[in-house]
Amino acid sequence: MADFISPFWDLYVKVLVALSLLFCVFVIAMNMRATGKVGELQPHSWDENLQEWNNPLPRWWMYLFWLTVLFGIAYLVIYPGFGSFKGIAGWSSVGQWEKEMKAADEKYGPLYAKYRNMDVKAIAADPEAMGMGKRLFQTYCMQCHGADAHGAKGFPNLTDKDWLGGDGSPDYIKATITNGRMGVMPPFPQLGEEGAKSVAHYVRSLSGLAHDATRAQQGAKLFAENCAACHGPDGKGNPLVGAPNLTDNVWLYSSSEAQIMSNVMNGLNNRMPAFGEFLGQDKVHLLTAYVWSLSNK
Amino acid sequence: MEAQTTYNYKVVRQFAIMAVIWGIVGMAVGVLIASQLVWPQLNFTELGEWFHFGRLRPLHTNAVIFAFGGCALFATSYYVVQRTCHTSLFAPALATFTFWGWQVVILLAAITLPLGITTGKEYAELEWPIDILITLIWVAYAIVFFGTIAKRKTSHIYVANWFYGSFIIAVALLHIVNSGEMPVTLWKSYSLYAGAADAMVQWWYGHNAVGFYLTAAFLGMMYYFVPKQAGRPVYSYRLSVVHFWALIFTYMWAGPHHLHYTALPDWTQSLGMIFSLILLAPSWGGMINGIMTLSGVWYKLRDDPILKFLIVSLSFYGMSTFEGPMMSVKTVNALSHYTDWTVGHVHSGALGWVGMVSIGSLYYLIPRLYGKTEMWSKELVTLHFWIATIGIVLYIASMWISGVMQGLMWRATNADGTLTYAFIESVKASYPFWAIRALGGLLYVSGMVIMLYNVVKTIAGAQPVEERILPAPAAAH
Repeated sequence: MADFISPFWDLYVKVLVALSLLFCVFVIAMNMRATGKVGELQPHSWDENLQEWNNPLPRWWMYLFWLTVLFGIAYLVIYPGFGSFKGIAGWSSVGQWEKEMKAADEKYGPLYAKYRNMDVKAIAADPEAMGMGKRLFQTYCMQCHGADAHGAKGFPNLTDKDWLGGDGSPDYIKATITNGRMGVMPPFPQLGEEGAKSVAHYVRSLSGLAHDATRAQQGAKLFAENCAACHGPDGKGNPLVGAPNLTDNVWLYSSSEAQIMSNVMNGLNNRMPAFGEFLGQDKVHLLTAYVWSLSNK
Repeated sequence: MEAQTTYNYKVVRQFAIMAVIWGIVGMAVGVLIASQLVWPQLNFTELGEWFHFGRLRPLHTNAVIFAFGGCALFATSYYVVQRTCHTSLFAPALATFTFWGWQVVILLAAITLPLGITTGKEYAELEWPIDILITLIWVAYAIVFFGTIAKRKTSHIYVANWFYGSFIIAVALLHIVNSGEMPVTLWKSYSLYAGAADAMVQWWYGHNAVGFYLTAAFLGMMYYFVPKQAGRPVYSYRLSVVHFWALIFTYMWAGPHHLHYTALPDWTQSLGMIFSLILLAPSWGGMINGIMTLSGVWYKLRDDPILKFLIVSLSFYGMSTFEGPMMSVKTVNALSHYTDWTVGHVHSGALGWVGMVSIGSLYYLIPRLYGKTEMWSKELVTLHFWIATIGIVLYIASMWISGVMQGLMWRATNADGTLTYAFIESVKASYPFWAIRALGGLLYVSGMVIMLYNVVKTIAGAQPVEERILPAPAAAH
């Protein structure tokens, strides 16, 4: 009854459906006997020469109509459709989904379970496992990280040795895939555009990029007051809060002055979704090995 | 008020000419967005966001459905209702208002949609102030049409008018219910419905827009212009009664087939599917009645390009009203949904049925509004027919192939259960078919340009006629 807020609406739907099907049956049944005559004109005409024959309905057309109406009635007996009546087949779309998932788990589960107790480094050396890992990556990860895992603006490159929230160890990678990650940088509108610009020049100076020295000096002070809490006094970042190292010239967005200013003014809100429950431990284990292998060739 | 002695052709002429012009505009935008899929630089991103696919796609659909299709329906319904009721239009001032009002709606659509002002509801994107204007025009249209029916000089209402009438009533109902929205600012509103209910209302509207606007109304057009051009009586009066009631009754149920395998309750999806299947025979009733009207005069098809347009349009109508019920079967839908197959299906209806029946009817109508019986060049009409037909075939065939291909690629899995293809691979594989589709569209719009030239030549120097109202024929013989 979940679809109906009261028995009234259930009854309403049932009555309407029944009347509609009856209407269709009535329309055909009333016309089964050939009432018209071939070659007989109706006694009306319009606009000089518009007239109508009174030919009977084509039989095949009547039978086609019957067929679809009877199919509809049979379908409502077997499948849900007649109000809250569930149909004799006991089918539901949720049930179908669960059945298909169960069948898929039974079929594919053992393929992945095989590697369950294998060490990540050993899996990374197994070509068959890596083929499966790559296909998993191409199905679930490439939308953000790219087919070659080189990432995109806002999505980290997984083939380098730079890790935002940890050390890149198999445990770290597995935790990331299982639970997801949040990377939140709060906005600092209070710095104003001028302040943000100065901070941007200071940040660029940290990784040796072109900058205005005077601005960078002003920015250093603002950085110490506002940014150092997460990024550290030397700008080397803090993996515990996912604050990136700003001195290594690896940029998740871009190193342009405008981009850094926008990050400072508007903040950032990055999210890697959690895949643990969705994929299950075995697939996550295999994916961990594949992602680990990307930066440990 | 003194009884008018001539038919009101002025408003018919206005709508007929604008149908041709808006047809070219709307279809040209269609060719542009089809080309954008092949050559993304045509989005003109460097100029701003106004020409992006997402902004222009609703402009294309609104322009072809409401501007081209709408003007063709206004023109023919005003013509047909006067001719078959043997009287002039009721409330001619309101008829004039419907013309100018409708043009304003089209212009507002052409401005607001590229600017990104939209409700986000498919085929109902226009924001609330425009919705109100549409409602006023539609009420005026209903007063003119039914007022004319009321003062008819014949005892029986001709079948074409049943279809036009049901279209006017149903579209009023659909538009008012689906446009239920809460204005926030002048150009922003939120739907009154939420979640799955909103989706259901939207597709109840969306599919009945197909049913009443793009099917019933154009069947009205068919029921006048096919027997007129063929010079033959309609095949079966009884069939027209039965399929009319069955069609308008069943269509109302079919919307949920747009939402198979979604959050819509299972029972709603089932009802949408079975009533879509039941729609097959009532839909085909119109095709049978139109095509069989030619029985005995099939030879006329050989050298009458207008009849070619009308009969081929009925063939496409029969084909797409078979394809539609098949696609509403859940098993088929699981493959076809979200693919180009849907796009091809819509266009076999839009280009094949709606486009061709309108073009054929306009070729019949336009010379008669200027005191002639034929277009300036019959050869150009024939040329238009073949170009349009080839264009449609290219369009539909390429979309069938790419649609089935996409559906199969999306569901293909490897031995370990992972997907064989990334989504982007299906995009890449679709390019050649998108190029063929763009070519098909280009051919179709080229045909419309030929039509415009022919129309200009036909009416150049001709005087708009004032034709005396014919006396109603005697009731019986």
